[in-house]
Amino acid sequence: MANPDKNKALNTKKLKMPFGVPGHNLTEIEREVPADEPSALPVNEKLSVVGKRVKRVDALQKVTGAAKYTADIQLPGMLYGKFLRSPYPHARIKSLDVSAARKHPGVFAVIVQGKEGEQKDQYDGKELPRLRFAGQAIAAVAAESMNIAREALGLIKVEYEPLPFVVNLDEARKPGAPLVYEEVIEDRGSAGDVGVTAADEQKGNLRGPTTSSFFGGPRGDVEKGFAEADVILEKEYRTQVQTHCCLETHGAVADWRPDMLTVYSSNQSTRDTRNDLVELFGLPTSKVRVVTEFMGGGFGSKFGAGETGVAATWLSKLSGRPVKLMLEREEEQISAGNRPNSHQILKVGAKKDGTLTAVDLLSYGTAGVGLGAGVGRVAQDMYVCPNFKMAQYDVFTHAGPGQAFRAPGNVQGAFAMESLIDELAEKLDMDPLALRDKIDANDIRRIQRKAGAEKFGWKRRKAGADTGPVKRGIGVAQATWPRFVEMDSSVMVRINRSGSVEALSGVQDIGTGTKTIIAQVVAEELGLKAEDITIKIGDTNYPDALGSGGSKTAENITPPARNATYQAKLKMLQGVAAAWQVDVEDIELKNGEVFVKADPSKKMTFAEAAKRMPTSQVIATASRTADYGGFLSGSWLGHGRLGAVQFAEVSVDTETGFIKVERVVAVHTCGRPINPMQLESQINGGVIMGVGYALLEDRVIDPNTGHQVNTGLDTYKLPYAKEIPQIECVLIENYDAHSSTDVAGIGEPANIATAAAIANAVYNAIGVRIYELPITPQKVLAALGHI
Amino acid sequence: MKRFEYVQAPSVQDAIDMMNSTVSEALLKKATSSAYVVKAGGTDLLDLIKEGLVEPARLIDLSRIPGLDKLSYDSKAGLQFGPLVTIAGLENSEEVKKHYRALYESATHAATPQLRNMATMGGNLMQRPRCWYFRSSAHKCRKKGGFTCYAQIGENQFHGIFNTNICPCVHPSSLATALLAYDGKVELTGPEGRRVAPLAEFFLSSEENVSQETVAGSKEIITNIMLPPVDANTRAAYLKAGQRESYDWSMADVAVVLKMDGNKCRDARIVFGAASSVPLRREGAEAVLKGKVVTEKVAMEAAKKALEGATPLKHNGYKVKLFENLTKRAIMDAVG
Repeated sequence: MANPDKNKALNTKKLKMPFGVPGHNLTEIEREVPADEPSALPVNEKLSVVGKRVKRVDALQKVTGAAKYTADIQLPGMLYGKFLRSPYPHARIKSLDVSAARKHPGVFAVIVQGKEGEQKDQYDGKELPRLRFAGQAIAAVAAESMNIAREALGLIKVEYEPLPFVVNLDEARKPGAPLVYEEVIEDRGSAGDVGVTAADEQKGNLRGPTTSSFFGGPRGDVEKGFAEADVILEKEYRTQVQTHCCLETHGAVADWRPDMLTVYSSNQSTRDTRNDLVELFGLPTSKVRVVTEFMGGGFGSKFGAGETGVAATWLSKLSGRPVKLMLEREEEQISAGNRPNSHQILKVGAKKDGTLTAVDLLSYGTAGVGLGAGVGRVAQDMYVCPNFKMAQYDVFTHAGPGQAFRAPGNVQGAFAMESLIDELAEKLDMDPLALRDKIDANDIRRIQRKAGAEKFGWKRRKAGADTGPVKRGIGVAQATWPRFVEMDSSVMVRINRSGSVEALSGVQDIGTGTKTIIAQVVAEELGLKAEDITIKIGDTNYPDALGSGGSKTAENITPPARNATYQAKLKMLQGVAAAWQVDVEDIELKNGEVFVKADPSKKMTFAEAAKRMPTSQVIATASRTADYGGFLSGSWLGHGRLGAVQFAEVSVDTETGFIKVERVVAVHTCGRPINPMQLESQINGGVIMGVGYALLEDRVIDPNTGHQVNTGLDTYKLPYAKEIPQIECVLIENYDAHSSTDVAGIGEPANIATAAAIANAVYNAIGVRIYELPITPQKVLAALGHI
Repeated sequence: MKRFEYVQAPSVQDAIDMMNSTVSEALLKKATSSAYVVKAGGTDLLDLIKEGLVEPARLIDLSRIPGLDKLSYDSKAGLQFGPLVTIAGLENSEEVKKHYRALYESATHAATPQLRNMATMGGNLMQRPRCWYFRSSAHKCRKKGGFTCYAQIGENQFHGIFNTNICPCVHPSSLATALLAYDGKVELTGPEGRRVAPLAEFFLSSEENVSQETVAGSKEIITNIMLPPVDANTRAAYLKAGQRESYDWSMADVAVVLKMDGNKCRDARIVFGAASSVPLRREGAEAVLKGKVVTEKVAMEAAKKALEGATPLKHNGYKVKLFENLTKRAIMDAVG
C-alpha cells in the first residue's frame, strides 16, 4: 500500500467542478486540487474540441499505410530471428546441440532459451527446463534471411523424451493426471487479477482455492443467506479458451549498440518494456530506448518485453546487428497468450421480490502453463449481496500460457452471473430489467438500463414464442469493471515561437486513438484545433507514462496532458499579460485567439502571442500526481466502477442451429467522453469481440497429440463482416470530478456483457438455455434435442 | 518455405512437358524436392507451401496461357469454362446466374470476394482438403503417407459423416457440390492427349486413394469444365451452412437440381458437400422424388433417405440433422 500522502499536493486551491449525469442529477462539487492545475473543465456541451467527434489525427497515415508498425521496421544490416519450438506438449530434453546451426552460412547468432548468455554448443538435458506445451520456445537463431533462419532451426539437434501430458481442464483435475508442475509455482496470476496466489495450496494440477480478490474476501453468512431464500438456483457454466488474435503478432526489432539499445516493439507499455530490458541486461535506464509508434492490437497480451523482445535483444547483442523477430500466426496463436477457460458453479438465493440473499461461486479455469484464471469479481461485486463467498482454482494443463485479455475474469464471470440473473428473473416472474432495478445498487447502470431499454425497444416475449423455424429473441446483460488509477504518468508540452504546439509522452496508442484524445485536450486548453497539435508518443525518449491496459489510458494520460498544457500556456502568456497589464489567469484562449476575458478588445492571434515568448520554446511537463477528493482507494484502485448495459437481438435457425446477432444496443458511461467517434469505435470493437466469444471462437487442442489444431484464422473463427450486428451506442456522460479531465475508460467494459446478452437472447429465442460458450450450431441442435 | 523456381508456361503443351507431379504427389515426395507442379491462382498451393506441407522445386504458372479463361454458354451445348475462369468469373456471368442457379449460389457463398477474384476453377477442383490434421505439419496422417488418422480419434466436429473408415476429411470445394449436381465433366489434357471424366469419376474417395483426391495424372492439367444444358423445366437450389456467413468452410452444403414435369419431379440430382471425401450424390433421395409432386412431406422423406447410411463420428453427429434439414429446404427452395 503506497503512502497516501504521496498523492496529496502541498499547495492547493478549491474548484467547483461538474458532478453527476447531465439530464439526471448534474450538480457541482467542490474539490481541493493542486494549485498548479488548471481550472475546472465545464461539461462537454460548453467545450469546443473535447467531447466532439474529432477525426483521428493519424487516420490518413493508417489508411494509406504510411504508419510504420514494428513489422514494417527495416534497419541496415538487419537479421531475422526465429524460434525453434517444442514438437511435444510435455517432454524432457535429453540433449541439445546447436553447433551445426551456428556454423550454417548466414547465421549470426544462436541462443538457447534461459541459457542465452552461455553460448555453449551442446547441452545436457538436465541443464534445460522441461517442455510443458507444444510450441514452447527452445532456442532461437538470427540469420540473414528468414529462409536461412528456418534452415538453421532444422540443424539444431534435439533429443526428446516425450512425457505424458494433459490438455483438458476436466482431465487435468482427475487424480493421477500427468503433472504439469511438480514444484509449487510461486508466480502470481498474469491475468490482471490477484486470482489464485502462491499462498494458496497446490495439489496435483490444482492451485487454490482463492477466496478473495482485490475487492476483498467473503461477506456475511452464505448458509444463513440460502436458508432465508425463497428461491435457490445453482447452475454450471463453461467458457472456452479464447486467443487474442492480435492482427499484428508479437514481435520486436532490437538494435544493440555500444552506446544505446533501441528496441522497436509491438507492446502495450514502452515503460514496462524498457524496464524489463534494463533489468534483464543490466543496463542504465538512460541507455535503453523502446519505440512503439503504432501497434496492431494487444488486448492485454503485450505488456513488457516478452519472449520476442528478450530473444531479439539477445540475438542483436550477440550478433552486433539489428534483429527482427516477429511471430508467425501459428506461433502467435499457440504461445502468445489466451483468455483462460472456466468451469463455474454458481449458486444464488433470492427472496420473492428478487432481493439476493446469498451468492456462492466455485470456479476452475486453465491458463495452461500460466496462472490467473480467476473469474469471481463479477459475482462478488456486480450485485453487492450481503452474503457472498467464492472459491477459485487455477488448473494447470500442458497448453500455452494465459495472458491478461480484455477484462480478464469479468467476461467469463459475467456470462455465468448474467445468465443466472436472467434465469432467476424468469423463475420469479419478473422482467430481467426490473429484477436488476431491484438488486443493482449502481446508480449509473440504473440510468443506463432505462436509456438502453428505450433505445432498444425492450419488450421481451415469452421464450420460444416464434412459430417458424427461425426464432427471434432479445436479451440483456450488464458489465462491471474497476477503475484503475495510475498517478505516475507524464506528458510534456512544447509551444514553439512559430506558434506550433507539440505534446510528447511515452504512452503508446494500442489502437484506440490515444494521440487524438491528447491532441483534443491540449487544443481545448489553448483554444486551437486538434489537428494543430503534433503528438509524439510511443517512445521512452519522451516522458514516462502508463501503458495501455485496464481501460485506464484515457483516464490517466489526459490529466497530465491538460496540466502540462496549462503550465506551458501560463509561461507563454507571461509577456502578453505584462504588456496588457493583466494577470495571466485573466486571459482566455479560444478559436485561435488570445484575449482578455473582461476586455475582449485586448486581443491577438495565438501565433502572435507565441511570437512574444522570451525563449524559442516554452516547455512544461506534468504528471497526474495528485488525487482529487480522495478518488483513489489504496494505491491504484479508484472508487466506484465502470458499468455498462448491453441489449442483444438474435435470430436462431432451429433447423441448422445457426445464430445471427441482428442488433446490439450498447449503453456505456466513461466519465467525460473526449471523442464520441473513437468511443463508438471502441464499443464496436468490444461488441464484435463479444460476438466472437459468444458464438465462434474456441481454441481446439487435439487431446491425443496435445497440438492446437486451429492455429490459422480460417479455422480459429473471428467474426467477419456478415457476423457483425447493427451496433448502436448510447453514451451517457457522467462527471465525478476526479481529475482535471474527469475521463474514465471504455475498452474493457465494452467487451464484458456482450456474450451474456447474446446467450440470454438465444434463450429467449428458442426457450432452451445453453450454459457453455461458444454457442455453436452443434450446441443449439443438441439443446433442441436434434442430436 | 524452401526456395523454388518459378516459370510461366506459354502453352498447355509446355506446361505438360515441364510438370512431373500433381500437388498430392509432390506432398508425398516432399523430401526429394524434385517436384515440378503447376499453379494457377495459387490460393491453395501457396498455403500448402507456406504450411511446409509441399516443397516443390519448381512452380509452373499456368495463368498466362491464352484461352484457358474463357466461358461460354449455348442452349444446346451447355456451359463450358476454362480452368483459369475464377470463382468471381462464374459469379459475374449472366448465363451462370440465369441458367445454373445452384452453381451461382455456390460461387457467391465460397471464400471471400478477394479469394474469389484469385481462385481459379481448375485450382478449386484440384485443391487439397482442409482437415486441420492434414494441414498441420505436426500430424503425419494417412493422407501424408502416415499410418494414423488423427481425426477419427480426435477433434472431428467438421469432418465427414459418410465413408469415414479410412480418412473422414471432407472435400473442400463447395462449387464441386453444384457442378456434380449439374452432371459436370472435366477435360484433362496430358501427354497422351485429352480425356473427359465425369465429375463422379474425376474425384477419388479416400477409400479409392487416400493421398490424392482426383484422377489427374502427374502430367495432366484440367483444360475444360463442361455442364450439360438445362431446360426451362429445370429447378435448382444450393444451400450452405457454416459457423459463419462470411468466409467459412462449409459444415454442410447441398445442391439440388430437379427436372420438373409440371408440378411433378421427373428427374433429380441431389449432392452433398462437406459430407465425405468427395462430393456425394444421394441417389436414394433422388429416387424418392422421382415421379412425385414435391411437397414438404415428400421433401422431408427424401431428406431422411439422403442420410441413410451415415456414420457420424464422435463430435459431428449434429451434421446428420443439419444435412437433413438443409436437404429438405434446398428441395423446397428449388421447387418454390
